[in-house]
Amino acid sequence: METYLFYILAAVTVIGTILAITEKHPVHAIVYLVTSFFSLATIFFLLAAPLVAMFEVIIYAGAVMVLFMFVIMMLDLGRTDEARRPVLKQWLLPIILGGIILASIGTIATGYAAAPHPSGALTVRDFAETLFRKYGVAVEIISMQLLFAVVGALYLGRKGKP
Amino acid sequence: MIYDPIDIALILAKIGLVFFVILTLAAYLVFAERKVLAWIQDRKGPNRVGPFGLLQPLADLIKLLTKEDFRPIGADKWLFYLAPAMAAIPAIMIFAVIPFGAPLTLFGHTVPLQVADLNVGLLLFMALSSIAVYGVALGGWASNSKYALLGSIRGLAQLISYELSMGLSLVPVVMLARSFRLSDIVNAQSGCWFIVYQPLAFVIFLISIAAECKRIPFDLPEAEGELVAGFHTEYSGMRFGLFFVGEYINIIVLGGLAATFFLGGWHGPWLPPAVWFALKVLSFAFLFIWMRGTLPRLRYDQLMHFGWKILTPLALVNIVVTGWWLVLRG
Repeated sequence: METYLFYILAAVTVIGTILAITEKHPVHAIVYLVTSFFSLATIFFLLAAPLVAMFEVIIYAGAVMVLFMFVIMMLDLGRTDEARRPVLKQWLLPIILGGIILASIGTIATGYAAAPHPSGALTVRDFAETLFRKYGVAVEIISMQLLFAVVGALYLGRKGKP
Repeated sequence: MIYDPIDIALILAKIGLVFFVILTLAAYLVFAERKVLAWIQDRKGPNRVGPFGLLQPLADLIKLLTKEDFRPIGADKWLFYLAPAMAAIPAIMIFAVIPFGAPLTLFGHTVPLQVADLNVGLLLFMALSSIAVYGVALGGWASNSKYALLGSIRGLAQLISYELSMGLSLVPVVMLARSFRLSDIVNAQSGCWFIVYQPLAFVIFLISIAAECKRIPFDLPEAEGELVAGFHTEYSGMRFGLFFVGEYINIIVLGGLAATFFLGGWHGPWLPPAVWFALKVLSFAFLFIWMRGTLPRLRYDQLMHFGWKILTPLALVNIVVTGWWLVLRG
């Protein structure tokens, strides 16, 4: 049962992502991407990681994509006639980088045996313990970095520059 | 994994019951709203169809179903047809995690009166409520009409403004209950309701859910005085009906969540638990109707300022104070 569900969801995720890349219209691309995030979240749920599944929907499908859509509608960026397919020259670098990533994932995936399926769902408490006890310093550093980015954006965006 | 057929039957029965009760309640909430508004405004309200106008929802349903299903030229076909469902489905799905009564014992099985007791129930509510805005946004955009588009942009801006404060106002609840599981949150309130410890969080949550329901004073995506009917201007028949019913389902579901998080869910003396839960939900519904009959509409920059500059900082301070209180109490 879980295996069939996984293959259906995996197909939806991959097809959704491909359509999101190839779709010319930005609003349609967002809809495809949200679909793909949603099925990805369900895959996380099947992998006994409900917390990650919820974060996937809340942060990516719920917050980031809503902001994208707000900007597209607000600035009326939905003009498809101006959008052209990128030429080969523009595709070259992404293809090379994508190849490197795929090769590294392949090496890692073939090098390790499949992890044993966890007995129960990972609780929020386990997740928090790992994140804030074991990797507490790293979390703090990353949050500082995000804060710098926000302050920088505020500085760039304010009116009446010095 | 082997499933017990009785368990499966009970789960299906629960899903069917929840669907039936919520849809009926939503239809009668429309009727109740018209009656209460009429009472507030010193009118009579619908009173022609059936005794006291009680069959009015049925008549409305027949009218909506037999209306012409109209699509404007230049509308984005698929998104236009899909958007009403995208608005209504997440609202119904949220109810799956709400416990609406004390566990029963049937045929030797203990049945929790809740469709799915997830250990991330509260987060599922956050996730689905942020997904629900796509119905409004895409419906207005796909209509290819300027009023509808303005309505959807306002819907998106509104979501960005209230969602943060809504999430932050629930953090103290999780800190007190020490769980994201809704049944744990309800059980943690068997002694004392969380509204006693967290009045500020309750007020912030109440304001945020009023914005989430898109009700006056936060009905900016619709704003019939300025935007015709906002995001659903171009919809007719049952597609408009889905948007409309979705709004009332949202009221029931969010009232149920407010009762679960702050008013002890189904806990209460003397009366049976499910009755207590229904009473709490209906009093929230009455409060929303009362607000609609009383308050004027905000401007949408006022809403954004209110959300970002007042509610969010207050919720953050509330979290810090709750944290210190929990640490000092030990």
